[in-house]
Amino acid sequence: MSILQYDFMIRALVAALFTGLAAPAVGTYLVQRRLALMGDGIGHIAVTGVAVGLLTGTSPTVTAVAVAVLGGMTIELIRQRGHTSADVALALLFYGGIAGGVLITGLAGQGAATLQAYLFGSITTISSADVWVTVVLAVVVVAVALGLSPQLFAVAQDEEFARVSGLHAPAYNIVVSVLAAVTVTVAMRTVGLLLVSALMVVPVATASQLTRSFRSTLLAAMGLGAAAAVGGLVLAALASAEVNVAPGATIVLVSLAGFAMAWPLGLWVRRRQRLVAPFVDPVGPETGDHTVVPESHEHQHGDDCGHPAVPHGDHVDYVHDGHRHAAHGSHYDEH
Amino acid sequence: MAVLGANGSGKSTLVRAMTGLVPMTHGEVCLFGHPLRRFRDWHRIGFVPQRATAAAGVPASVTEVVAAGLLSRRRPLRPMRATDRRAVSDAIATVGLTARRRDGVATLSGGQQQRVLIARALAGEPDLLILDEPTAGVDQQSQESFAAALEAVTQRGATVVLVAHELGPLAHLVGRAVVMRDGQVAYDGAPLPTDDSGHLGPAVHHHHHHHHLGDPAIDYAPVVTSPIDTPSRLAPP
Repeated sequence: MSILQYDFMIRALVAALFTGLAAPAVGTYLVQRRLALMGDGIGHIAVTGVAVGLLTGTSPTVTAVAVAVLGGMTIELIRQRGHTSADVALALLFYGGIAGGVLITGLAGQGAATLQAYLFGSITTISSADVWVTVVLAVVVVAVALGLSPQLFAVAQDEEFARVSGLHAPAYNIVVSVLAAVTVTVAMRTVGLLLVSALMVVPVATASQLTRSFRSTLLAAMGLGAAAAVGGLVLAALASAEVNVAPGATIVLVSLAGFAMAWPLGLWVRRRQRLVAPFVDPVGPETGDHTVVPESHEHQHGDDCGHPAVPHGDHVDYVHDGHRHAAHGSHYDEH
Repeated sequence: MAVLGANGSGKSTLVRAMTGLVPMTHGEVCLFGHPLRRFRDWHRIGFVPQRATAAAGVPASVTEVVAAGLLSRRRPLRPMRATDRRAVSDAIATVGLTARRRDGVATLSGGQQQRVLIARALAGEPDLLILDEPTAGVDQQSQESFAAALEAVTQRGATVVLVAHELGPLAHLVGRAVVMRDGQVAYDGAPLPTDDSGHLGPAVHHHHHHHHLGDPAIDYAPVVTSPIDTPSRLAPP
């Protein structure tokens, strides 16, 4: 493809690929905790970070990382200590972040035009140093998100249980917040602060239409995120010969198109599963309160069958797939 | 051991204090003879929190949720071993969900999800199993299979602490009943034999029973000393 002959395009593709991998990896834990808008909240806070960079003359990326990490930890602390629900904690920082950012940008003598590159991304102006920072941070984020996945999964799934398992749940929650903050600032250059949350959440929503396990959701979301980021960028590059298309927008729209296709597919797959097994729920007492259990046995219950035996009157019941039953001629009686 | 009482009587608070989920204003909790502050053997405890659902915002399979029960034994960044996998599949088999182990927990019924949470607590083979209203909203048959699973756990020598409105099919398993009323322990002792519905009447006697039903198991029940205890049980200064 002709667009690949430009260095800036190769840099943009590398940045998009790694952002697309890292954002859904963190986003999965946020969606699991029903904090899908957390990335958005951190994005708003990072606006203040960018403005601080503009005011002090340092790199806006560095100040944005610092402020976003502080903001992410603050959201978590307000949630844990402040007796405030997570969405209220997010809202507080949403508005503080964006107002502070606009105010400080004004103090720095800059206008909205300067902020625009950060709000909506400017992936094609990314420098090779920026690409390296993006790649390294994205690799760190993915490594932590996958390496600590049993712990992060347990804490996000059921915080109280995790605490009674001896896990330091607040620390793991802070880890997720910091990962989210780092991801937001990494993605700031590709899709922009206002759209970054889409890359964290939409691939996860798409993947979970078709997956049944957490691990497959996480991996599929990373794949979908990378595909959407690269695909959206290529689309924008191809279109830019005719019109001015922002890559951030096409990346998010490609991602949403994926969801729009997966949703009816997920409905169809679930419907088909119901048709394949229409009546007999093969397990559990939910089969109804019949006496005879409509199931075939691969073995005879006995001392060594592994099913818990319960003495019951003149015979012995066996606990099997959630019910207690005893052999009675050719079938099993429920007890 | 069953913790009984009406809504708002402090059952859940008592159990949450036992596990360190709520801080104590006065008094102390001892788990396996160690004060809670210095307790580190979390793998000896299995906990089933009071929850309506086992699902979260992202799909998770039954196996994955149950495997979280092993985290108190596993170190971070170590892969699961074959014994861990076997413990998970054994726990799933105990609650009778083997055929659904690959399915997402969100697709299961409420009673099945409750059984997933119980399997998660059983996976670590705990010496002390604490359940906060596990039978709320579970039909009679599920309660019976649940009673059978608990019986298997106690036969292994573990202590079960169970919070419930009413005991139903679990009544015959209870060796010690604690009745809560208005945040106070109103009764602590052997279950009253005349009442099999679990609705224990006003406490008549306050003294301790330890000779119940010839139970040979070691008692791992947490020891809570706090003003919620009945005055008659507080040691004189």
